[in-house]
Amino acid sequence: MKPADFRYARPATLDEALTLMAGEGEIAALAGGQSLMPMMNFRIAQPEVLVDLNAVADLAGVTEMDGTVRIGAMTRYSDLARHDVLARLPLVARALPHVAHPSIRNRGTLGGSLALADPAAELPAVALALGAKVHLASTHGTRSVAADDFFQGLYETDRAEDELVTAIDLPAATAQETYGFHEVARRHGDYAMAGVALTRRDDGLRIAFFSVSDRPVRAKAAETVLRDDPTKLDLAIEALDEIDFTGDLNGGPDMKRHLAGVVLRRAWAEVLA
Amino acid sequence: MTTHDITITINGEAITATVPARRNLVDFIRQEAGLTGSHVGCEHGVCGACTVEVNGTPVRGCLMLAVQADGAHVTTVEGLADTGRGHRLRAAFQTHNALQCGFCTPGMLASALEYVEGGGTADRTAIREHISGNYCRCTGYQAIVDAIVEVIETGEGA
Amino acid sequence: MTGPALIFDKPNAYIGQSTPRADTNRLLEGRGRFVDDIQLPRMLHAAFLRSPYAHAEIRGLDTSAAKAAPGVVRVLTGADLEGVVEPYVGVLTHLKGLRSAPQMPLAVDRARWQGEPLAMVLARSRAEAEDAAALIEADLDPIPAACDAETALDPDAPVIHPEFGSNLAWERLVDVGDVDAAFARDDVQVVSRTLRFGRHTGVTLETRAAVAEYDPSEDRLTFHYSGQAPHMMQFIFAKHLGLAEENVRVVANDVGGSFGIKIHTYGDEVATAAAAKLLGRPVKFVADRYESFLSDIHARDHVVEARMAVDKAGKIVALDFDDLTGIGPYSMYPRTSAIEANQVLNLTGAPYDLENYRARGRVVFQNKNMMCQYRAVGHPIAMAICDGLLEDAAAKIGMDVVEMRRVNLMRDDSYPRASASGMKLDDLSHQKALNVLVETMGYDALRAEQAELRARGVYRGIGFVSMVEVTNPSPMFYGIGGAPIASQDGATVRLDAGGGLRVSSSVTEQGQGTNAILAQIAAGVFGVPIERVTVTTGDTDTVPYGGGTWASRGAGIGGEAMLQAAHALKEQVLEVAAVMLQSDAATLDIQNGSVVDGSGARMTLSDLARTVYYRGNELPSDLKPELIATRHYRVTDFPFVFTNGAMAAHVEVDTETGLVKVLNFWAVEDCGRVINPKLVDEQVRGGVVQGIGGALYEECIYSEDGQLMNATMADYLVPMAVEMPDIVVRHVETPTKTSVLGAKGAGEAGTGGAPAAVMNAVNDALRPLGATLWQMPMTPERILKALGKV
Ligand SMILES: Cc1cc2nc3c(=O)[nH]c(=O)nc-3n(C[C@H](O)[C@H](O)[C@H](O)COP(=O)(O)OP(=O)(O)OC[C@H]3O[C@@H](n4cnc5c(N)ncnc54)[C@H](O)[C@@H]3O)c2cc1C
Ligand code: FES
Ligand code: FES
Repeated sequence: MKPADFRYARPATLDEALTLMAGEGEIAALAGGQSLMPMMNFRIAQPEVLVDLNAVADLAGVTEMDGTVRIGAMTRYSDLARHDVLARLPLVARALPHVAHPSIRNRGTLGGSLALADPAAELPAVALALGAKVHLASTHGTRSVAADDFFQGLYETDRAEDELVTAIDLPAATAQETYGFHEVARRHGDYAMAGVALTRRDDGLRIAFFSVSDRPVRAKAAETVLRDDPTKLDLAIEALDEIDFTGDLNGGPDMKRHLAGVVLRRAWAEVLA
Repeated sequence: MTTHDITITINGEAITATVPARRNLVDFIRQEAGLTGSHVGCEHGVCGACTVEVNGTPVRGCLMLAVQADGAHVTTVEGLADTGRGHRLRAAFQTHNALQCGFCTPGMLASALEYVEGGGTADRTAIREHISGNYCRCTGYQAIVDAIVEVIETGEGA
Repeated sequence: MTGPALIFDKPNAYIGQSTPRADTNRLLEGRGRFVDDIQLPRMLHAAFLRSPYAHAEIRGLDTSAAKAAPGVVRVLTGADLEGVVEPYVGVLTHLKGLRSAPQMPLAVDRARWQGEPLAMVLARSRAEAEDAAALIEADLDPIPAACDAETALDPDAPVIHPEFGSNLAWERLVDVGDVDAAFARDDVQVVSRTLRFGRHTGVTLETRAAVAEYDPSEDRLTFHYSGQAPHMMQFIFAKHLGLAEENVRVVANDVGGSFGIKIHTYGDEVATAAAAKLLGRPVKFVADRYESFLSDIHARDHVVEARMAVDKAGKIVALDFDDLTGIGPYSMYPRTSAIEANQVLNLTGAPYDLENYRARGRVVFQNKNMMCQYRAVGHPIAMAICDGLLEDAAAKIGMDVVEMRRVNLMRDDSYPRASASGMKLDDLSHQKALNVLVETMGYDALRAEQAELRARGVYRGIGFVSMVEVTNPSPMFYGIGGAPIASQDGATVRLDAGGGLRVSSSVTEQGQGTNAILAQIAAGVFGVPIERVTVTTGDTDTVPYGGGTWASRGAGIGGEAMLQAAHALKEQVLEVAAVMLQSDAATLDIQNGSVVDGSGARMTLSDLARTVYYRGNELPSDLKPELIATRHYRVTDFPFVFTNGAMAAHVEVDTETGLVKVLNFWAVEDCGRVINPKLVDEQVRGGVVQGIGGALYEECIYSEDGQLMNATMADYLVPMAVEMPDIVVRHVETPTKTSVLGAKGAGEAGTGGAPAAVMNAVNDALRPLGATLWQMPMTPERILKALGKV
């Protein structure tokens, strides 16, 4: 189970990295490698050029300004978990321990998780629930996309092939903010069978599910129900029919539909608590 | 085939070699450096048998390329034995029979060491969570947890 | 059984002590010696092209591009091995009627399961071999496949071996008493269930691995292998590669877990040996994890229709079942794939006093990976059938499950006797084991807590199993049927000049601690500190001839041989000592490395040995000491030495998510004489966790057209640390009378018993909700379906 041959480059600056990304052939960015390397070992992914982002200083680091936390794409889960800023990102703090296992969190990155857009991953859903903004860059320039528009399908995002995710903006939690998170997984650290992340602020309620569909999904109808009346949980659960449930090895769409209701019930209890 | 000239310091010894870009770190350690204590169990990041320390942090040796570790300091199970680091853990693993075939042991020790040196408590659930990414088919884990608990409770470090 | 007296309570009696395993030092310091650690000059690496289809005609394999790829030395196909490898057939004569087709290491004109090797690339590196394997153009024509065992016998099912006319490999019926009359009685209640056992597999952390070296100048093959039965493999390579048996050396050093996975003849390993012979160069093959899932033997895969009749007093009046098992397209060589079904028929109900028993087993071919013996062969099925129905019946008649067992378990004073299926039983302790279990777990308090929690909507369940385990098999297991599988094992003990003991044995070590207990026995029986014993196992060139490790026989058979050999050497040494010390051998003993008499140490063993080896002139000329002894041992009076155990699981079912949490597990084992309590406990724990894996997590999920859908460790769920409980182990010791040592096996009980206990516990939790589930693994989706929530 060895990867196919490829060319390897380790740029030191973002510009160099973007130039490499704009090259010919099949090119992949290498972040933590905790998803890309397994795919390459299985030869499911066979990039011709690997652009290793690990030496690009511009992609690391966490900054905070005007109630917004900007997290560099190459920030590793374990660095984030130790960072002071986590006090202002309680939902992220709540979700992180559910992502894989310590030595994988020592390498895996936030940017990698968003770029990969695994429908069962925690952080993309957390990004949705927080209304995150994803910053992208290519040799053509930079742009940012709301998380709502970023996730477009199974492992599909709005990111163009030559673009890099450079950072993620997350709103720092306000005093009134409450949040909820629940996932059910067969084993600790596994991708979930179903999960939900949600935030309730003055300006609204955002509910994002993972591992129930082909991408992380908002449950907008349920949001409306619960925003109008926090006691109408049963109605909100009924409203989850809006989601296009897709099955996996853990169960079919019916199972996902059922579990979505269960995790929402449990996460909502956290919000109300 | 694309190759790179790299130098990795493994257990204090600088190893220079020309390696294919696709050679992963654990294969480098085993084949180029001849340190076969680190094992390969799945090559997709799940089993933890390949866990080694890179610049002091335990990582999956099968999910990192050797070329990515160019210039890095790597510690393997042999390095721990050489310096005596983790000797209390090793002794406790032996007393509790926390290894049977021993194939998981190098990775298990790396994870256990991270936990104990990181100031982890003797809470069995927390210990189990910390080693949740290390597969052991033989022991059923209890003896491993017992060994880690004993080392922590003794209070003299790993 | 007569033999050395007082071996269990002398100063050096290590038997019964939790002596730490000396060989763990190496493993803890990264100095293991596993097959993949071997690097040899000119060694080539093998990769295989495997069939992507469950069933396909091989029209052609164009290997030209692969041959031209960088680093490639040779590409071999099935056709290239014709005439090089003699085909093998997995049948045994004592399994009457069992049939299987000749098999080649690489498929020749038909591929019969997804993952079957079609071609082999030999290259400088594994990566280059894989590159080239991807360049082989395989012209394959997929043909209809018979994947589902349940329909494989249908008249319109594709027949995998047309010469047989159907996919039936073997069938056996056991019919004892009058089952129909018993079920027809009007004073009985009947429960009937369909039980399904998913396929799972071994997932040894070290995958299968082999390095084959061939020296044409001596026509000699050395095969380094990660496996359990070196002498069996020696025979197989000799026979199928046309070599003299003495010219084949099989070496098994450290083995990273085995559990029965590594005791079979795999095409890729035979091809590795054949390639080494053809090329005259060392060849290494290390299965990657994907290949492991596709080609390591799978296990279980049974569908059982079962019913049980009980009377008002809770007495089992009759048990009747029909077991259908799918084994893949061939019966595995040489142990065959019918043994598991045979065990199910032999073992079901064996703990219980049962008069009317009928069991039919059918073994069918199908287009999936091969199924064969894996830890606790047949036991989980046998125990789940009987104990599952027993607890179901108890619920039906409103009787406590422990009480019902007490009514039905064989009495401890009723041995020797036979089971309903005719198994000879002796020295068992079911009633006592159950009593110890009930006491250890605090049964009454748990039931009270369960009732209280249930009222609050928390669903906990308690489930039991009373079980037997087949250990220490005699030649009746395999040898009688013509397999090259020794049931005897040998031990050699040699006193070296320095006073140390060098021992070797034909049983093998895969982590269970065989070497350690052999050292304990040798040191204790002979009389040296254990540090002075060096153990060699796993090398056909140096160890006595024997069967290796299977069916939990290392301690019971290998241990007894070691005991006899150490005792024989001791007698020799005392004879020499008596002459040298001019005293009577009967007054002498060996303790702590010295010859002693009533007044204390008289001479060190080193002094004695140096005199014998270097200064023979000091001895009388008619005294010719050997200072080495070899003994072999096999079980003669019984086909098997059964052990027994009682286990209980305590679980909580999350009725909304379907997740099961195993809260506690208790195991009471009677494996006869316990040589090293720590090692036995850990065998039981590891086994229980594997059993929990089978009950809750592990399953090889196939698509309808025979594609393995979860051939990764991310998708095939093995038990990990967080989900596993701490396991309480207790012992009842009823030594077997078949040996001096009195040890029975212990390695498989946990795996054999835990699934039934967990299933019963889950069903105990679900019953108040009107649901039960009879399919393993008991996944969240299946539980939610049983509850009608999905
Ligand atoms: C055993 C195991 C268990 C796991 N369990 C979980 C889990 O429970 N939950 C979970 O969420 N994840 C899990 N993961 C995945 C882990 O979180 C990954 O690290 C993460 O999904 C990807 O991050 P990475 O930095 O490793 O990205 P990589 O693997 O390096 O890259 C992933 C993909 O994103 C692209 N990419 C990466 N960074 C960028 C960028 N900055 N710009 C553009 N493209 C980029 C890469 O080209 C690649 O296609 C698990 C992994 C393993 C091995
Ligand atoms: S070999 Fe790296 S995690 Fe399994
Ligand atoms: S001791 Fe064998 S895998 Fe852990």
